[in-house]
Amino acid sequence: MRYLPLTEADRAAMLAKIGVSSIDDLFADVPRAAWRTDPVDLPKAKSEMEVERLLARLAGRNVAAASVPFFVGAGAYRHHVPASVDHLIQRSEFLTSYTPYQPEVSQGTLQVLFEFQTQVAELTGMEVANASMYDGSTATGEAVLMAHRLTRREKAVVAGNLHPHYRAVVENLAEMAGHEVEVLPPVPVGAEDILGRIDDTVSCVVVQSPDVFGNLVDMAPIAEKAHAHGALLIAVFTEVVSLGLIEPPGAMGADIVVGEGQGIGNGLNFGGPYVGLFATRQKFVRQMPGRLCGQTVDAEGRRGFVLTLSTREQHIRREKATSNICTNSGLCALAFTIHMTLLGARGLERLAEINHQNAVKLADMLGAVPGVDVLNTAFFNEFTIRIPGKAHEAIEALARKGVLGGVPASRLYPGEGLDNLILVAATEINTDDDRAAYVTALEEVVG
Amino acid sequence: MTMNRQGRPSVPQQTTAAGHETFTGNRALTIEEPLIFETGRLDVTGVDLYAQEETPARLGGLRRRTAPHLPGLTEPEAVRHYVRLSQKNYAIDTGLYPLGSCTMKHNPRLNEKMARLPGFGDIHPLQPVSTVQGALELIHLVAEGLKVLTGMPAVAMSPKAGAHGELCGMMAIKAALRARGDARSVVLVPESAHGTNPATAALLGYRVESIPARADGTVDPEAVKAKLAPDVAAIMLTNPNTCGLFERDIIEIAEAVHAAGAFFYCDGANFNAILGRVRPGDLGVDAMHINLHKTFSTPHGGGGPGAGPVVLSEALAAFAPLPWVVSGPEGFDLVENADKAGGAHPFGRMTAFHGQMGMFVRAAAWMLSHGADGMRQAAEDAVLAANYIRASLSDLMSLPFGDRPCMHEVLFDDEFLDGTGVTTLDFAKAMIDEGYHPMTMYFPLVVHGAMLIEPTESESKASLDLFIATLRDLAMAARRGETDRFAGAPRFAPRRRLDETRAARQPVLRWSAPAPVGPEPARDAAE
Repeated sequence: MRYLPLTEADRAAMLAKIGVSSIDDLFADVPRAAWRTDPVDLPKAKSEMEVERLLARLAGRNVAAASVPFFVGAGAYRHHVPASVDHLIQRSEFLTSYTPYQPEVSQGTLQVLFEFQTQVAELTGMEVANASMYDGSTATGEAVLMAHRLTRREKAVVAGNLHPHYRAVVENLAEMAGHEVEVLPPVPVGAEDILGRIDDTVSCVVVQSPDVFGNLVDMAPIAEKAHAHGALLIAVFTEVVSLGLIEPPGAMGADIVVGEGQGIGNGLNFGGPYVGLFATRQKFVRQMPGRLCGQTVDAEGRRGFVLTLSTREQHIRREKATSNICTNSGLCALAFTIHMTLLGARGLERLAEINHQNAVKLADMLGAVPGVDVLNTAFFNEFTIRIPGKAHEAIEALARKGVLGGVPASRLYPGEGLDNLILVAATEINTDDDRAAYVTALEEVVG
Repeated sequence: MTMNRQGRPSVPQQTTAAGHETFTGNRALTIEEPLIFETGRLDVTGVDLYAQEETPARLGGLRRRTAPHLPGLTEPEAVRHYVRLSQKNYAIDTGLYPLGSCTMKHNPRLNEKMARLPGFGDIHPLQPVSTVQGALELIHLVAEGLKVLTGMPAVAMSPKAGAHGELCGMMAIKAALRARGDARSVVLVPESAHGTNPATAALLGYRVESIPARADGTVDPEAVKAKLAPDVAAIMLTNPNTCGLFERDIIEIAEAVHAAGAFFYCDGANFNAILGRVRPGDLGVDAMHINLHKTFSTPHGGGGPGAGPVVLSEALAAFAPLPWVVSGPEGFDLVENADKAGGAHPFGRMTAFHGQMGMFVRAAAWMLSHGADGMRQAAEDAVLAANYIRASLSDLMSLPFGDRPCMHEVLFDDEFLDGTGVTTLDFAKAMIDEGYHPMTMYFPLVVHGAMLIEPTESESKASLDLFIATLRDLAMAARRGETDRFAGAPRFAPRRRLDETRAARQPVLRWSAPAPVGPEPARDAAE
């Protein structure tokens, strides 16, 4: 077994030093009834070559995004990640280190987290950010709990166009914690009356922009009404690249900004690992969940970084902690920070513009297919089309033609009468040929 | 041609013993590295993006008005910046990382390579299931493996970390209690539990009641029975526990808990100690999270990502959260909605998508590489290594529960430092100067000045022997009164001890631009 360095002679010598005759003696506390002597019913050890062959065979049964014209979004986005990002995160000292509990020998990770927090705060237009959450959906759930702690109210109002999986996480977490969540119905076209739902009993309003159908939302009036009633605005995004081009939620009055950071530096990975972003105002920082890195000095007065404000955390406050979070997505945050550093403000804006332009071009081309309508007027890199037939059948038919054309809304909203809608995402990876292939295939499918 | 070696001494010249200040502040390979905000420029980008014909924007008047302050670096600058930062980190690839309860073992690079196969790394969670059959099969493979290893009938794969798994397991318990109209309000948690346990229970609105540890470091079944009442929803127990011991009376405790109508949540953070030797299902466990990153190895990456699948008993299986993978005659399918759940009552969703696919691939690679035989051997070697450290240090360092066998981690207390003026923290910082990451300190809380050492199965005997010799040397130095060696430590790390109080009292959580240096304020004309 190539991963186990002890030899039989080592084991014998170690048992002798311990003063027992066999390894079984060290398991003496295990009740005899639970003692397993027969081998587990799983295959025996395989060589590196065999494992590689087996897993490569499974991987080969999937259609990788890069191998086809690819337009799937709805909360996860395929972007080009510079080669240096993955190379750098595989540096052993980043890859195989732990939570930086010993700051003197963890300055690398800690400085990265400090850079990450600053970048996220800048990007969202907020004052402070934490050092990452599991993903955008769990960050949204944590934001709602934080709003309840801050306002001492227990009812959240959730916009109908919040990604339904995010909505499900929020509902689950809040409801299990004994809180109330009012969710509005989805509105692919037109406006919902979220302002009418805000009153003095509401802790927070949760709004996503671009929303799940791709529409951009002006959150300033919502923030204004929420604040007039003592409620907080939680702004959500699922596509972080949009912040390179769109007015940041902080500038529109958001109190907590949460979202998915996967689009910068991180691959699709079939849904995870991803990295949640979480930013807020300085005055709320002590109610913020998750890890925080802060600047300080060492015994010689040199600048250094440490994990801080840990009195909020589970390992100090136990049942009074602001969250039960113990790990974060440190490595994904590192990938985010490296990619963002390579982009800089200028590169990010250019990347966002290309995404938007590709989406506009594609929307115009698909909208010209007979029977197909584009529902959105303002959008970033994702929009919704209505087709004559069932969307999920069309998506399967497109897949058979080698085009991954988007997500049928009915997959996200089963049984809600949204059977003809497809969410279509365009990013910088799409070429003219990809768009042409999509149009040709869609014409055949709906024709 | 012969080289002129004149003036090039081939033996080191006499030097002064002490170092001196350098012009740059660097010390050879130890290089000070500024923040990107201090060196990057706002007009620089290290990514070449293609040019294209502009189209009119359709942003509905929401275009960003001010650019974010995000300086860029070119690729060579960025590579150097992050490589230099990496050099200021301790990592399992640089040395033994004896953090008890955290399980820092070798991370096979094959696993990294497999996770990066385009068929795993470059697939979308919402592309048609017909195009991800291999991915669903992989999730199924890991799920089935976990069920076999734990002896449990069901598993929820989506939780994203151990603590997230705890939340998932306790939610399943809450859902099951609700389904039978039982509004129980108390969760029992031993004092030695991970802090996440009480935090999880409290997050779900439960009142937490503590159970003190017995003098031998395990939970007393009589203490549990005394607390069991009709309002108790569950007990959250760690096994093997955080004192490094197997809970001897666990079956008796589980039976008492079940007899009281409550559920038994097991914190499975230390499952690596019993892999292949003990199935938690045989102990009476109802729900247990498995830290894939600990037991089946995933690089911890500076604090994650991890993965925390939860195995569930028959009583809880029907309440698993969405989504899950099913296998049928026509291939694999994904159950994403309650209406396809076929009689089950999923309590909701833990996360947006299907869980940590990247970790599933790594766990699968680890499972396949070890096989049933290797996994059992790994657990045995981990236990052997911890006991070897215990036996080799028990004459010098103090064991709070006597010199009895431990599982995969060994717990010392600070009694051996009494009267030396050296604290557990000092001792740990002195280990840094010796080139070791310190052990877990001051945890579990039930032991004064705790030092929890977990060597794992991936250390050689030579590596363990050097580690033991180092700790022996430090313990003897403390006894000899060499307090400077401890109070001043670390001396050779990239930083000396950091002021954590200052960081908390005056939090600086982000870089801010220095105040602009403007023109001199205009003087009053009359002056």
